[in-house]
Amino acid sequence: MSDATDDAVIAPPRSLAGDAWYDLRRNPVFWIAGFIVLMMVLIALFPGLFSSIDARTAACSLADSLRPPGAQHWFGFDKQGCDVYSRVIYGARSSVIVGVFSTLIAGFVAVLVGTVAGFYGRWVDALLARVVDVFLGVPTLLGAIVVAKALAGQDLGIWPVVLALGLLGWPTPARVIRSSVIAASHQDYVNAARILGAGNARIILRHILPNSLAPTVVILTIMLGSFIAVEATLSFLGVGPRNTVSWGTDIAEAQRWIREASFPLLFPAGFLTLTVLAFIMLGDTVREAFDPRLR
Amino acid sequence: MTHLLELRDLYVEFHTRDGVARVLNGVRYHVDAGETLAVLGESGSGKSVTAQAIMGILDIPPAKIRAGEILYQGRDLLKLSESERRAIRGAEIAMVFQDSLSALNPVFPVGWQIAEAIRLRQGASRSDATRRAIELMDRVKIPAAKSRIKDYPHQFSGGMRQRVMIAMALALGPKLLIADEPTTALDVTVQAQIMDLLAELQRELGMALILITHDLGVVATVADRIAVMYAGRIVEHADVHSLYAKPAHPYTRALINSIPRQNRRGQQLLTIEGLPPNLTRIPRGCPFHPRCPYSVAICLTDLPPLRDLGAGRTSACHLTPEQLDARD
Amino acid sequence: MPATESGAPGGAPLLRVEGLVKHFTTTSGVLLKTPTGSVKAVDGVSFDLHRGETLGIVGESGCGKSTLAKLLLRLETPTAGRALLGGRDIFEMNGEELRALRRNFQMIMQDPYTSLNPRMTVGDIIGEPFEIHPEVMPKAGRRARVRELLDRVGLNPEHISRYPHQFSGGQRQRIGIARALALNPQIIVCDEPVSALDVSIQAQVVNLLEELQRELGLSYIFIAHDLSVVRHISDRVAVMYLGKFVEIGTEEQIYDHATHPYTQALLSAAPLPDPALRGQRQIIRLDGDVPSPANPPSGCRFRTRCWKAQARCETDEPALLSRAGAAPHPSACHFAEELPTTG
Repeated sequence: MSDATDDAVIAPPRSLAGDAWYDLRRNPVFWIAGFIVLMMVLIALFPGLFSSIDARTAACSLADSLRPPGAQHWFGFDKQGCDVYSRVIYGARSSVIVGVFSTLIAGFVAVLVGTVAGFYGRWVDALLARVVDVFLGVPTLLGAIVVAKALAGQDLGIWPVVLALGLLGWPTPARVIRSSVIAASHQDYVNAARILGAGNARIILRHILPNSLAPTVVILTIMLGSFIAVEATLSFLGVGPRNTVSWGTDIAEAQRWIREASFPLLFPAGFLTLTVLAFIMLGDTVREAFDPRLR
Repeated sequence: MTHLLELRDLYVEFHTRDGVARVLNGVRYHVDAGETLAVLGESGSGKSVTAQAIMGILDIPPAKIRAGEILYQGRDLLKLSESERRAIRGAEIAMVFQDSLSALNPVFPVGWQIAEAIRLRQGASRSDATRRAIELMDRVKIPAAKSRIKDYPHQFSGGMRQRVMIAMALALGPKLLIADEPTTALDVTVQAQIMDLLAELQRELGMALILITHDLGVVATVADRIAVMYAGRIVEHADVHSLYAKPAHPYTRALINSIPRQNRRGQQLLTIEGLPPNLTRIPRGCPFHPRCPYSVAICLTDLPPLRDLGAGRTSACHLTPEQLDARD
Repeated sequence: MPATESGAPGGAPLLRVEGLVKHFTTTSGVLLKTPTGSVKAVDGVSFDLHRGETLGIVGESGCGKSTLAKLLLRLETPTAGRALLGGRDIFEMNGEELRALRRNFQMIMQDPYTSLNPRMTVGDIIGEPFEIHPEVMPKAGRRARVRELLDRVGLNPEHISRYPHQFSGGQRQRIGIARALALNPQIIVCDEPVSALDVSIQAQVVNLLEELQRELGLSYIFIAHDLSVVRHISDRVAVMYLGKFVEIGTEEQIYDHATHPYTQALLSAAPLPDPALRGQRQIIRLDGDVPSPANPPSGCRFRTRCWKAQARCETDEPALLSRAGAAPHPSACHFAEELPTTG
C-alpha cells in the first residue's frame, strides 16, 4: 500500500519544538529581545571584554566628578568620580547572576513540587497546595529585604538574596506546572504508556514533563526579568551586598544628584529597564510560539 | 425557476501558514421549499464551509470568498450589507450545529436563550416571548417544558440540548434550516429521535432542509436529493434512490461500496486507496484521480465538467456511468 | 453464575471474565469526603473470549463499555469480580507477573489525536514497548523491528523519524495499532478504533485489523457504537446497557434474531444505507434518555423505556439466560422474543 501523503506532508520531520522555532525565527521581537539578553549575559560573564577599567578596583578621583560623556569615557563620570561605563558593565553581574540563579532554584523547586502535586493528586496535592498558599502569603520583595538585611553583616555576597528569591519565587510557577501536569496526566497517551507497563518514573519523565514544561519555561523567563528588578531594588534601598557594583546602588546614588547631572542616572537605569524588558519580551514571544491554539 | 436557495459557482479560499487552501472550488447546488437536500462529504470536502458561507459566519480573514453567488429567493446574499444579512439570519435561514454544548451559551438559561431571539427580532414582550419559548420546547418534545425553561444547557442531556438548539432555530419561523452534522455526536437511538423530529417539523412547517453529513445511513433515510462533495466541489448530484442504486461518480461508488454490509462478511471491505488531497496542493486535472480506480489519461490534465445525465442527475467525471461499468 | 453461551467456538476460553463490577463512589466535601452515592458503571459483566475470535460490545453512552475496557486493561481496579487469563486472575497479578500480563493484553484507543505523545517521534512511540520490555527485543534489533511494524500496518518505514502531527487521523490510528502489536499480544481491546475516522478511512483500518487477526491469531474485544462495523468484524456480539450485558450471541443471532427489546430498538434506530427500505422497516422509538448510572431503575434497568414493561419488571431483575421458546442465545428479559418478521 503506497503512502499517498508524501506530497501532502512537508518532507523533514517537524517536532512541535521545530514548529515553534519556525514561528520564532520570523518574529523580529524574538531576535531583538534575544540579542539583548545574550549581550547582557555576555557582559555579566565577561565584563573584562567590554571594559578596560575594572570597576571593582578602579580608582575614582573626585577631580572627575560628574564629568560629562566623552570620547574616552562614553558614559562620563558619577559624583564620586568613577567611570560610569565600567560601573554599568560590571553592575550587570549582580543583576544577571542574581536573576539567573534565583530562577534556577525557583524553577527546580517548582517543577518538583508541581509535578508531584499534579501527578499524585489527592492528599499529596492538598498538602502541597497548603504549603504553596503559605509561601504565596509572603510578599516577595519584603521577604527578600528581610533576608538581605538579616544576613547583611556576614559578607556572603549576593547568595543570600539568590536563595531568598529562589525560595519565595517557586509557588507561582509551581501552580502553573501543576495544572499542566494534571492536564497531561489525563491524556490518552499516558494511559497507553501505562497499558504498555510503563512505571511512574518513565511516565513522568518521558510523557508528562515534556508536554507540560512549555508554559513553565515562559513564566520562568518572565520571573527572571522581575528578579533582576528585585535585586536592583534591594541595592537601591541599600540592603544589597556591600562592596558590590550594582545598578541599583548606582541609581540610588545618582538620583541624589539628578539636578546636577542626569546621565549617571540614565545609563544604569536604562540598562536595567532594557534588560528586564528583554527577558519579559523573550518569554512572551516563546509563549506565543508554543501556543497550540495558534497552530 | 427561482429556487429558495441557490449556490452558484462559489469559490472560497483560506489563507494558512502552509499556503492558500482552496476550500470551495465552484460549488453549485439548490434547494426548494419542503425538500431535504443532503450535502454528503468527508472531512476536508468543504461541506461545512458552504453552510457557514450561506449563514455569513465564515471567519473573514483567513477565509476569503473569491467568486460566486448565494441566491436566496433570487437575491445575492453576498451583495447585501451586514445589517440586511442579519435580518435574514435566523428569521429566514437558521442553522443547527453539531456540538450543542459550544453552540449554546452556558451562562444563560435555555428559555432565556430561545426567548431572546423572539424579543429582539419580533419586539415581543418578555412574557409573550417566554410563552412562545415554552411552546417551542413542547413542539420539539422536551418533556415538562414549562419547568425546564430556567435550566442551563449543561443540565440537559446531549439529545435534549440538540432539541433546544432546534427550538432556537425555529423560533422565528425560518423558511430554510441548515443542519450541520446535527446527530453525529449523539447515540444512535437519540439520533433516530432527532431525525424523526426534523422530518416531522419539516412536514408541518413546509421548511426546506439542508442536511450536512457524512453518514450514508442518515442520508438514505431522510434525503430527497443528495449533493456529494469532494475537495471543494460537487462531484455528483442525484435523487436519493438513483444515487444509492446506481451511483455515477467513482467517488460515490467507492463510498457506497465501502459500507460494511451483511453479505460481505468475511471479505475485505472495499476501500478507497490513499487520502483526500491537501487543499493547498490540489492535484491537476480531476482532484480525485490519484485515488480513482478508473482514471485515464485525460483525468490527469483536465478538470472534468459537470456532466448532465438527465432527470436532474449530474456527475463530474470524464467517463459516463456506462463507461465505468464497462471497466469494472 | 451466568450464562451458558451458545455459538462459542469449542475449547477452553483464552479469557474468562466473571461478574466484573465497578462502582465509583461519589463524594462531597473537601477535607473529609463523605460518600453520597455510587455510579454503577459496570455492574456484573461476564463473558468468555476464545483464541482468534472477535467479541463485539455495542452500547450507547453511559452503558459502561469504556469503563469495562479500562478494567480489563487494569487502568481501574474492579469493585468485584475476576478475569482469568490462562487460569490466573489478572487482578491478582503484581510486579513481574503484571509486567508479563501487559505483553499479552494491549489496547487501541479511540482518538488518534490524543493517543500518541506529540513530542515523540513515531519510531520512539512504537519502540517504547521494547524499552519497557527489553526481553522481547534486544536493543540491536529494535529499529529494524519498528520499521517492520510500520510496514506491516501500511505506513512508509522511511517516516520513522516523523512526529504524529505530520500524519492524518487514519495514519495515526495505524501507528497506534503498530504500537499495540509490538509486544506480540494475544488479546487487543479495541475501544472505538474507527469512530473518529472518515468513512472511507474506516474501511481501510477495519481491513487492516482483520488481516492482522488472521495472520497473527489475535483475539479482539471490539467496542463500538457503530452497529454495521461491529457486525462486519465480530464473531460474537454482546449488547450492553447501564453496566450490564442484556443480550449476547453470535453475530447472526443478535442481528437477525434479537430477542431483547433494547437490542431490537438499537437495531431499529440504526439508519440503513438503503433508501429502498424506507417505510419497510419496523420503527421502534424509545422515549426519553438513558437513566443515570448513579441511579439505575430497580429490577430490570431497561423497564423505564421498554414498551413491554410489566409490574414484574420493577421487582424482578431478569438474568442473562437462555430463554425457553425464544432463540437459544442468552437474553436478559422476562419477555424475550424475536420481533414478528417485517425486517
